[in-house]
Amino acid sequence: MSAWTERIFCFMKKSNNYNLIGGAVICGLMLLLILIGQFYTPHDPNAIDGMNKLAAPSPAHLLGTDNLGRDIFSRVLVSLGTTFSIALCTVCIGAAAGVLIGGLTGYFGGPLDEILMRACDIVAAFPSILLALVFISLIGPGKYNVIITLGILFIPSFARITRSAFAGCKNQDYIKSARLMGAGGARLMLVHILPNTIPTLASAIAIGFNNAVLAEASMSYLGIGVQPPDASLGRMLSEAQSYLFKNPWYALSAGIPIVLLILGFSLLGDGLQRRGGSDASN
Amino acid sequence: MLQIETLHISFHKKLKISEAVRDISFSMGVGEILGLVGESGSGKTMTALAIAGLLRRRDITTSGRILFDGVDLLTVSRDVLRTYQGNKIGIIFQEPMTSLNPLMRVGRQVEESLRIHHGALSAAERRQRALKAMAAAELPEPAALFAKYPHELSGGMRQRVMIAAAIITRPALLIADEPTTALDVTIQAQILKLLQKLNREMGVGILFISHDLSVVRRLCHRVIVMEKGRIAEEGGVDEIFNAPRAEYTKRLIASIPQRRRI
Repeated sequence: MSAWTERIFCFMKKSNNYNLIGGAVICGLMLLLILIGQFYTPHDPNAIDGMNKLAAPSPAHLLGTDNLGRDIFSRVLVSLGTTFSIALCTVCIGAAAGVLIGGLTGYFGGPLDEILMRACDIVAAFPSILLALVFISLIGPGKYNVIITLGILFIPSFARITRSAFAGCKNQDYIKSARLMGAGGARLMLVHILPNTIPTLASAIAIGFNNAVLAEASMSYLGIGVQPPDASLGRMLSEAQSYLFKNPWYALSAGIPIVLLILGFSLLGDGLQRRGGSDASN
Repeated sequence: MLQIETLHISFHKKLKISEAVRDISFSMGVGEILGLVGESGSGKTMTALAIAGLLRRRDITTSGRILFDGVDLLTVSRDVLRTYQGNKIGIIFQEPMTSLNPLMRVGRQVEESLRIHHGALSAAERRQRALKAMAAAELPEPAALFAKYPHELSGGMRQRVMIAAAIITRPALLIADEPTTALDVTIQAQILKLLQKLNREMGVGILFISHDLSVVRRLCHRVIVMEKGRIAEEGGVDEIFNAPRAEYTKRLIASIPQRRRI
C-alpha cells in the first residue's frame, strides 16, 4: 500500500468523520462528471431530434430524451457545469466582498460596524427570491446577471460570519502580543487574524455554495435564470414537470443531480465544520 | 531610559468613571530590573499596558507623560509608536498557552518582529537571528523547534518562545507581565534565571510585574509597591524587604507564606 492510501486509511479510522468522507466522495464524483461534460458529451446537448421525442432510457440515450428529442444525459452533463460555475462565481463574489466587509467591521467596530451591518441586515431582511426577481427585472435575465444578483445577495451572510470570527479572534492574547510587536492594522488582519478564521470560513463557503446551487436552480426554474438554449438543471425541471407521470425519468434525471450536488457539499461543509471545531478545541 | 511622570489612567463606561492609575511617577535606568508589585486591581498591569501602548482606546483617558528615551509614548503618533513596539520595547504575558498564534509555526512567530521592523533582512538572516534568539532563550534544539506548532510545546517552552520573540530585536526594555504566574515552580525558577541572564548579558532593562513578592525579591534590583492605583512605597530590594516603611508593604510581606514548625 502506498504512503498516501495508508494516510487516507489512517485518517478515516481516526476521524470517524463520515460526513467529510462521504461529502468528499460525492463532490469528487460530481466534479468528475462536470469535468467530463466540459470536454465530451455523448450527443450534442442542443441537437433536436423530432423522431425521438421523450424516449425512454436506452444504450443510445442513457437517460432518454426530452420533449424536443434532445439527449438528457448530455444536457445534464453540460448543465451541471453551468450550475457549478454559476454557484462558484456567486460564492466567490459573496465571500470576497463579505470577508472584506466582515473583516473591517469586526476588526474596527464602532460606527462603521453599525452602518455596514445595518446595510447587510436590510439586504438579508428581504426574501431572497423576491430581491433576486427585482434585480433581474432591473438588469435583465442571463447567466452573468444571475451571478451578479446572487453574489450581492450572498454578501450579508459571509459578512456576518467573518465579522463574528474577526471580533472573536481580535481579543485573543496572541493578537494582542502581535500588536505589541508593532504590527499595523493591515498586517494584523491579513497575517494574524484571517488564517485563524479559515476553518469557519471554509464551512461557510461550503454551505453558501449549496444555497447558490439551489438559488440558481430555482431562478432557472422560474425562467429568470439561465436562458435557452443553454441547458440548466432548473429549467429542465420546469420542462419535465409537464411529463411527470408519462416520463418520470426526465424529472428524476434533472432533479437527482441537484440533490447530489447539494448533499455532497453540505456533507463536506458539515465535515469541515466538525473538523475545524475539533481543531479549535485542541 | 524610561521616565513616567504623573501618569493617570481612567476608564469611562457610559457616565461612570473609574480610575485605575492615579498620578504615579517613577523612572527606570538602562539595564535595570524594576519590580512592580501589588495585589490584583492595584493598577500595575494598566501601567505596563500604557507603557506598551495598548491603551489607546476611546473609553480610556490617560494623562501625564511616559518618556522613553525622551519621546512621550502617550502623545506620539501611532506610526511612531509602532516603531517602538516590538523593536525597542518587548513584552511577555502571563499566559503562555494563549499568547502564541495556534496556526503559525513557532519560528515564524519568533521572527515576526524582524519582519515588521527590519524588512530589509533576507529570509536566511531572519532565520539565523531567530535561531540565535531561541538559543539565547535556552530552548533546546532551536532548529527542530523552528518548524513546530505551539500546541506541540509545553507551557515553559512556550514562555521561552515568547521571550525569544521579545528579545530578537534586542530591545532596551522588556515588560514582563506576571511571566511566571501560570507556570509551575521549577519552570518558574528557570524562567527567572533566564531573565536574569538576559539582563546581565544583553543589558535589557526589565519591568517585572508580579504579585509574588518572593519572586520579586530574587530577581529585581528595585521595587515599586502599588496600592489602589498609587505608589505606596519605592526603594531598593533590601530596603523594601528588610525595612518596609508603608503599612501596606508590611502587610504584603507578612502575607508571604513561610515555612513554620507547628
